[in-house]
Amino acid sequence: MTGAADGLLVSRDVSKRFGGLIAVDSLDMAVRPQEILGLIGPNGSGKTTFFNVVTGIYPTSGGVVEFDGKDITDFSPQAVYRAGIARTFQRSRLSLSLSVFDNVMVGNHMRLDQGLWFNLVARKDFKRQFEENFERARDLVKVFDPPLADRMFEAVGTFPMIDRRRIEICRALISRPKLLLLDEPSAGMTHDETKALMDDILEIKGRLEDLTIIIIEHEMGVIERITDTCVVLNFGQKICEGPYREVAEDRLVQEAYLGIQ
Amino acid sequence: MSRARAMFAVLLPGIGSAVAVTVYVILLLAVESQAAIAALLVAGVVAVLAAARFGGMARIGRSFAERENAMNLVIILAVLAVTGFFYEDHFILLLMATVIIYVIACLGLNLQFGYAGVLNFAGAAFFGVGCYTAAVLTKNTAVPHLLILVAGGVMAAVVGSLLILPVLRTRSHYSAVVTIAFALLFKIFLEVNDTLGGPQGLPVDGMNVLGWEFNDDIEIGENFEIAFYVNYIVVGLIVLALAFTFVRRLERSWVGLNLDALRLDETAAACFGLNITRWKITAFTLGNFLTGVAGALYAMMLGFIAPTNFTFGDSLILVSIILLGGIGNPWGLVVATTILIIVPEKLQVIQEYRFLLFGAMVILILLFRPEGLLPRPLRTYLPGWQPK
Repeated sequence: MTGAADGLLVSRDVSKRFGGLIAVDSLDMAVRPQEILGLIGPNGSGKTTFFNVVTGIYPTSGGVVEFDGKDITDFSPQAVYRAGIARTFQRSRLSLSLSVFDNVMVGNHMRLDQGLWFNLVARKDFKRQFEENFERARDLVKVFDPPLADRMFEAVGTFPMIDRRRIEICRALISRPKLLLLDEPSAGMTHDETKALMDDILEIKGRLEDLTIIIIEHEMGVIERITDTCVVLNFGQKICEGPYREVAEDRLVQEAYLGIQ
Repeated sequence: MSRARAMFAVLLPGIGSAVAVTVYVILLLAVESQAAIAALLVAGVVAVLAAARFGGMARIGRSFAERENAMNLVIILAVLAVTGFFYEDHFILLLMATVIIYVIACLGLNLQFGYAGVLNFAGAAFFGVGCYTAAVLTKNTAVPHLLILVAGGVMAAVVGSLLILPVLRTRSHYSAVVTIAFALLFKIFLEVNDTLGGPQGLPVDGMNVLGWEFNDDIEIGENFEIAFYVNYIVVGLIVLALAFTFVRRLERSWVGLNLDALRLDETAAACFGLNITRWKITAFTLGNFLTGVAGALYAMMLGFIAPTNFTFGDSLILVSIILLGGIGNPWGLVVATTILIIVPEKLQVIQEYRFLLFGAMVILILLFRPEGLLPRPLRTYLPGWQPK
C-alpha cells in the first residue's frame, strides 16, 4: 500500500454512483510525484469515471480527493485546472474547425490576459502576449512533431488521428500542469502510431521532470513500457496495484481480464 | 518599386471586384422594369459562379485578407459612390440606410450566435428596445442624440439581462425557445402598453447633432438638394465601422477564442478553466448592445415606430441573414443583408412571397452550403503577421 502522505494526487475512499450503478467503489489510491501511473482494467471498470470525478465533471458520491496537499473534492472543472491538473479525453475533444494554435491556446487559458480592454484596445500588449505564446506553443508542438510546428494555423480537422492526439496532449501541457491525465491516448490509432506517440510522451516526460502522469490504457505493451506503477480496477474497485510485471502475474487481475472464475 | 507593384497586384482583384459590384448595385437600384431586374439578378449569380469557378473569388479573398485596411476603405468609398449617384432618390437612400443599420444589428447577433453559439430568435425585439428607447428619450428628454444611440444599446443589454438566467440554464435548442418566447411576448407587451403608444406606436424625433437637423433635406445653393437620408447613411457608416472594428478585434483576441471554444465544446472548455457563464453573458450582452444601437438609429431615421416593426418574422430575417452570409463572418453579413433587403424591395413580384422564399433559401443553404455564402476563415489574430 502506497503511503498516502507522499502522494501528489490522493484518492481516499472515493465513490461515484449513478443510481444503482457503482462506477467507482471506495477507491483508495495515490500517485507519487514524477511517476507515470497506469490505470488499467476491463471496459466499464470505472477508469474514465474516476478521471471525470477528479476533474470536477461529475460530483463525487463519497470520499475525498487531495491534490498537492489540498482538498479538491468537488472542485469545479475550472478550479481543478487552475490547481494544476490537465487532461485529455478518450474520444478526442478538439475543436476541429479551429487551428492547431487555437486549440493549444484553449489549454493556456489561465496564462492569457482575459480583460476586454487588453483584448480589444491594448493591441500592442496583446501582440506581445500573442507572440510569446506562439513561440511557447510552437516549441511544445515541435517536441512532438517538427512538421506539425510549421502548420500551426491550419484547421485541426485536416490532420490525421495521431496528430490530433499530439495536439490534444499539447493543449493539456501548455499550461505546465503538475499532473497530466491521459485517457486512452492510443484509441483509434495503429500499432506504429501508438509507439510513436509513446516515444513523444516519454520524451516530454524527460524534459518536464516535475510532471506526473496518470494514463488509462488498454494496450498492455504501452503500459509495460512507460509506467512506473499500475492500479487495476474491476467493477469500480481496486483489485491490485504495483509495477506492471507484478500486476500482470496477479491471479485476480487475470481473472478480471480473462473472465476465469 | 517592386514592393509597391506587388502590393498593387494583391489589391487589384479586390478593387476590381469592388468597382464591378458598385456598378452592378447602381444598375440594380436604378432599373425599374421587373424583367430587367430579374435579368440583372440572374446575371449577377452567373457572374459570381463564374468567378468562383475560375478562382476569382479566392483572389478577391486574398485582397481582403492581406490588405484589410485598404479594402475596408475601398468598400466605404464604394458605398459613398452609390450614395452620391442616388443623392436625391429618397426611396433608394432609405433602402441603403436600412441595409447599413441591419448589418449593425446582425453584427450583434453574430457575436451571440456565430461566436458564442447562443441562438437569439429575439433580434427584432432587442432592436425594438433600441427604437422605443430613442422614441421615449427624444420626445421626453434633452439627452444629446448621439448619446441616445448608446442609451438604446444599453437598454437592449439591460432588457437582455432578464433573459440571461433562462438562457444560461438551457442549452442550444432550448435557449432558442426561450428567446422565441421573449420575441412574442415583447410584441404583445408593446401592443397592450398605452404609455408606449399601444398598437399605434410612437413618433420619434429625427436626429439632431449640434444643431444639424438630420431629417431636413440638405440644400446647396438654389436648386441642388440632397435627400436627408444621406445624413443617416453617413452616421450609419460611422457606427458600422466602429461596430465592425469592435467585432473584428473581439474575434481576433483571446475573447474570440474563448467564445469559439465554449460554442464547440463546453465540457472541454470548462476543463481548461473557461468560465462558461461569464463568456456567454459577455457575448449575449455585447450583442444585444449592438442590436439596440442599430434600433435607436433606425427609429430616429423613420420618425415613427409601431409594434408591427418588431414581429417574430423580423427576428427570423435577422437569423436568416446570419445563416445566409456565413456564420461568424462579418463580411458575409454585409453581403447577405444587401441581398435580403434590396432584392425583395426591387423585385416587387416576390415581395408578397418574401418569407416563403427566405424560408426556402435557409433550407437550401443549410442543406447544400451550411457554412454560408462566405464561409468564415480561420482566425488570424494579427492581420499580416507571419511567424519568424
